[in-house]
Amino acid sequence: MIPAPFDYVVASSTDDAVALLVEHGDDAKLLAGGHSLLPMMKLRLAQPAVLIDIGAIRELSYIRVDGDMLAIGAMARHADLAASTLVHADAPLLAHSAGLVGDPQIRHRGTIGGSLSHADPAADLPMAVSALDATLVLLGPGGRREIGVDDFFVGFFDTALRADELLVEIRVPRRPSVGWGYEKFTRRANDWAIVGVATVAGRISLANMGSSPIRARASEQALAGGASVAEAAALADQDAAPGDDMHADVEYRRHLARVLTRRALTACDRCTSTKSSAPRTDSSPSTTTDTEPSSTK
Amino acid sequence: MMRVELTVNDEQHTADVEARTLLVHYLRETLGLRAANVGCDTTSCGACTVLLDGESVKSCTVLAVQANGRTVRTAEGLSSGGELHPVQAAFRQEHGLQCGFCAPGMVMATVGLLAEHPDPSEKAVREALEGNYCRCTGYHNIVRAVLAAARANAEGVAQ
Repeated sequence: MIPAPFDYVVASSTDDAVALLVEHGDDAKLLAGGHSLLPMMKLRLAQPAVLIDIGAIRELSYIRVDGDMLAIGAMARHADLAASTLVHADAPLLAHSAGLVGDPQIRHRGTIGGSLSHADPAADLPMAVSALDATLVLLGPGGRREIGVDDFFVGFFDTALRADELLVEIRVPRRPSVGWGYEKFTRRANDWAIVGVATVAGRISLANMGSSPIRARASEQALAGGASVAEAAALADQDAAPGDDMHADVEYRRHLARVLTRRALTACDRCTSTKSSAPRTDSSPSTTTDTEPSSTK
Repeated sequence: MMRVELTVNDEQHTADVEARTLLVHYLRETLGLRAANVGCDTTSCGACTVLLDGESVKSCTVLAVQANGRTVRTAEGLSSGGELHPVQAAFRQEHGLQCGFCAPGMVMATVGLLAEHPDPSEKAVREALEGNYCRCTGYHNIVRAVLAAARANAEGVAQ
């Protein structure tokens, strides 16, 4: 499969990329690692007239501490995040999540900025940064603006990015000793989540339970009000509007959201109590079928 | 047309390509290097795996223009002086292939893996090859081959 023809331009800097976006407008797409965009172009689901390659902008590949935040350049790759001692220490959920994206070859190319801008509701990193309460820094012709992650994802493959804006930085609160949980349910290695759950510091985010990564707010509020893990997890699908496809129907997805939320919250309790922030390695998909949640607290 | 300059298997190549040319098509059709196969063509199967600046990538999902100025290695560029690369030798020794279609991608993914993790556990090998499919399901021998290659590398370093 070969993409439809397009004009190709290389951006030499972030300002250059914005200038090119202003010049080409809606006809243009930014190309970072290309691991979301190129497959869509090969299937002719996307046919941009102009590709603006930002792959040469090395200034966006950083991962650094900035006060009480971890500042991550949009061109940091999944492999960079998964291997970063800084990310492991200060936002272990993010390192874990990045290490689960696709496979090693994909993680060598795909970038966090590309994944978030693509905004696939089933993807790992949008759910992860939602749970982490990240702030996103966007650069446009008028300068930089910051936006909270809850306002960034606005719909199905849709974000608050304007046509002339570039996502340049992801800012994640540094929380080295806070517990977290992460569950990704797949039938095969290398797949997108049929349902995913990420939780940290009282926030719970779900993947593939709506048109964008969504918060399980009913569960969050229940937990804040002193409910048990089982009681809170039973509410996980309350605000969700999952679709059905060949992998799962709506009821099954709702069931998975409740079960996986319980597992994620249970894991989170454990990491809080042991003060361990070491990334867990056992994330293999489980096909065990839970029935009703048992009381775990 | 776009001018691209790549170093492929230690040789410099310059060519004019359409911007939409995929790296795997550039390697196979422009340079005649047919080791990297197009399998699924959807970034899943890994048959097209090559090394880009030393890291494994799926060349069906990289534009040739994205590789401009960079270094590519394919399975053709592994052996030297008639000697098989240790990973190739290990795949032959352990019979890490059946039909052979996935083998160039498996071998290149393994070379990339061992560069990053010289002494992987069997579990780590299986996880590291999750992006490479063997439709003959010959995974046991493939994993044995990767572990044998890691041992051979370690012995080579020790000597």
